[in-house]
Amino acid sequence: MAKKPTDVQVASFADHHVITQPNPLRKVLRRIVNDKDLDDPVARAEQALASLSGEFGNWMAIECERLGAAHAAIIKDGASDTARDELFRAAHDIKGDAATFGFPYAAVAAESLCRVIEHAPDLARVPEELIANHVKAIHAIVRARANTENTGVERELNRRLRLVADEYLAAVNKDRPEHLEAILAPSIVPVE
Amino acid sequence: MYRIDFNKLRFLVCDDNPHMRRILRTLLHSFGTREVYEAEDGATALEMYTHYAPDIVITDWSMPIFDGLELAQMIRQPESKGNPYAPIIMLTGHSEKRRVTLARDAGVTEFLAKPISAKGLYQRVLNVVASPRPFIKTKNYFGPDRRRNQATGYIGPERRHGGEAEVIQNPSLLDKARTPG
Repeated sequence: MAKKPTDVQVASFADHHVITQPNPLRKVLRRIVNDKDLDDPVARAEQALASLSGEFGNWMAIECERLGAAHAAIIKDGASDTARDELFRAAHDIKGDAATFGFPYAAVAAESLCRVIEHAPDLARVPEELIANHVKAIHAIVRARANTENTGVERELNRRLRLVADEYLAAVNKDRPEHLEAILAPSIVPVE
Repeated sequence: MYRIDFNKLRFLVCDDNPHMRRILRTLLHSFGTREVYEAEDGATALEMYTHYAPDIVITDWSMPIFDGLELAQMIRQPESKGNPYAPIIMLTGHSEKRRVTLARDAGVTEFLAKPISAKGLYQRVLNVVASPRPFIKTKNYFGPDRRRNQATGYIGPERRHGGEAEVIQNPSLLDKARTPG
């Protein structure tokens, strides 16, 4: 059971309290006194991640399959809240994971799709091709990776997808300033 | 210079994506952690948080049932019987400034935008272990101190009154979120 600490100190002010406690995690900090301590946990973790990389292609295929199934469900049964959420989560997972799996351009296309799903006032009224083209692009980028060295095609594909998506979102959100602001705000993740 | 003894730390990882959980588990184990508890949704994570009392929580945002933001809000309940102070690292594909602000206002301690990297994760853990911030309780907020600077231009209702402003020599959560892994 996660117990509440008993050693907290509370300083009370007019409209707030400041609560401090001795750092409960201090015990896990170790000062490095020996210059010859060559242990590098980050390098060790990177190596461990690299040892997983043999599975990444398969994992990416599973993520793509999930996205395809979510898209197919919307085409078949319409954009219910549940179907919309599943499409968003599938695209959002690809946005977050694809670069780790070695498919950075699939992540960019997935981000554009996430923006459409998140900021379109009504997913059912989004032109069918706009969503379909994003889904197809993600699949194509993942399929092509094995035999494509030149990434110019993927870059151009992503540029155009984003352009069309942003034009659509700007038009349908012209009376929704909070969405326009979010659409136009730069990502916190540095651009490559 | 400090290093972390990861083998003394217990982590709770919450992500609905099994591939991401596997990656997180791999990274944490290779840092040296032995105890990593895993949940695939916020409700299970909350139960495990209460039961296993992890030192650090790493959670995704977007999940079914209840999400990572709601999980943070449930943990940060000052009147609850459990520990409301554990560091929470939000690991998410969301990469918009307003999301960082929402996470901060839910009591999240650190924000790490995907794609994940070993360096980014290690740095966030080091931050919460080595530089814990005091907690603030107001009428509508309970969580780590959000006051990162003493901007004089702010005249809105959320400026706290009384006492010296705590100057915390840390970059803001947004600035840290912008730092690549």
